[in-house]
Amino acid sequence: MRRLRLRIPKHWVSPLGVIGAAIALAWVVIAFTAPLYLPHDPLAQGLPRLQAPGIDTLMGTDALGRDVFSRLLSGARVTVPVALLLVAVSMLFGTIVGAVSGFFGKWVDEGLMRLTDLVMAFPTVILAMVVAASLGPSLWNAAIAAIIVSWPQYARMTRSLVLSLRTQNYVIAGRLLGYSPAKSLISDIAPNIVGPILVLATLDIGTAILLLSGLSFLGLGAQPPTAEWGSMISASLQNFDSWWIGVFPGLAILTVVMAFNFIGDSLRDIFDPTSALSKTGVSS
Amino acid sequence: MSLLRVDDLAVEYRGAKVVRAVDGVSLSIDAGEVVALVGESGCGKSSLARAVVGMETPSEGSVQYRGRPVPTLGVRQRSNDFTSIQMVFQDPNSSLNPRIRVGAQISEGIAAARRRGMEATRPEEWLERVGLPATVVNRYPHSFSGGQRQRIAIARALAARPDLLVADEPISALDASSQAAVAEMMRKLALESGAGLLFISHDLAVVRLIADRTLVMYRGRVVESGATDAVWNESRHPYTRSLVAAIPEPDGKGNLPAAPTVAERAAWFDIVPEALDRV
Repeated sequence: MRRLRLRIPKHWVSPLGVIGAAIALAWVVIAFTAPLYLPHDPLAQGLPRLQAPGIDTLMGTDALGRDVFSRLLSGARVTVPVALLLVAVSMLFGTIVGAVSGFFGKWVDEGLMRLTDLVMAFPTVILAMVVAASLGPSLWNAAIAAIIVSWPQYARMTRSLVLSLRTQNYVIAGRLLGYSPAKSLISDIAPNIVGPILVLATLDIGTAILLLSGLSFLGLGAQPPTAEWGSMISASLQNFDSWWIGVFPGLAILTVVMAFNFIGDSLRDIFDPTSALSKTGVSS
Repeated sequence: MSLLRVDDLAVEYRGAKVVRAVDGVSLSIDAGEVVALVGESGCGKSSLARAVVGMETPSEGSVQYRGRPVPTLGVRQRSNDFTSIQMVFQDPNSSLNPRIRVGAQISEGIAAARRRGMEATRPEEWLERVGLPATVVNRYPHSFSGGQRQRIAIARALAARPDLLVADEPISALDASSQAAVAEMMRKLALESGAGLLFISHDLAVVRLIADRTLVMYRGRVVESGATDAVWNESRHPYTRSLVAAIPEPDGKGNLPAAPTVAERAAWFDIVPEALDRV
């Protein structure tokens, strides 16, 4: 019997989950408040070039004399919100497609699932590159490319959940009472798929950030002079000796991706009744 | 005209091999009548129940409710003409939506009855009718025991004011102490509202207690049928006899009936014409 109720006080929340949540929250706060306390203009080129980290420029300056620390903080404004938005859009789209597919079955299911096959048949990054390149290099096109490659996983998961829930007795009981398909989906099926989908989305935020930064690194995402972590790393290639230009944005990507993965992992433990956590009788 | 009329029904499951779970069964149920369907696991009684409510499409034959074929429960919304067919499931744990308060779930039954022009009732009334206090109306299903959940599922089905209630082993997941009580309650409540009840069970003692007519199924076919008294007291089919003999007797000796021999089992496939439509 599935009981997906969260009672935080009774729960043993994993330390990694808490750390992840703290780091992710910090990055989100930075993303929204950075302009208030940036030490330098992230686009201004007035500082000495390739200056090593010091008191005034905490993370040094790049080849154009821009403050890496300020660019790093304002880079959070680019990557994090766009990643969150694209995951939300792709989750919403994928979930709707999957729910329709699983609920209506037959040729609707066949058609939609072949579409997901088509997308999933290509390696994610390659397909995203092709889409981004054909749309033209810009951050928003990179986000669209990321949505196109990531929605099928939500569709697949939702479909399989809907298929298994559809034969649950309470769903059938609802249909016998004359529920419309929409009512059946919304009141009987949706509440029971929210958990797993949310877990998948949280884990996907890290992937989305990597993909966005990766596309920017390749020059297919955010364009100069935008301070974006991937393109900052890309710019560091020309000045490999000045390690600070690339290492700090790299660390930023690392911490934010890890943070969201930690959150996703601990959410999965909380939502999944068969995970080790609940087996020990700690949850629910 | 019978309330429910099943003619020569066959239900098949297609896989690597076609399984014919129900193989030419006919039966009818009138309003205010309790018909029991008994038989061992896998004999096709649940498949028959599923076909009756429209969860399975008959591969042959027909299921008619008030003279009209029962539509298969597909994507389309069930029309008001057929929401007066309700079902109680075997597993009380999956019968209720874990995320919705029990009162709200019973209210959905009431809403179905209202759409057919019935007067409004309150979920509390139904809870009390199935023997639960009205105060639990705002609780979630997880705070009830299996037996209580089954009572709530029955309350939801009855709140829809069914004319035909199909109960697929509604008591087999319950503890021994509440089995007879729940079965009696279902009979009483169904008959009070003038509904027909198709009661599926392998608990022969309970069936004997509540059914007007009994059908015995073996391997997809009805081998004996008719008035419950006749079927139980003077069984004519060897399978029914062995079923009746298998009812444990509380004589304190702990004797179990002997396992049937191969020859005896072979005889169970026979159709004994005088065992059908007993009066």
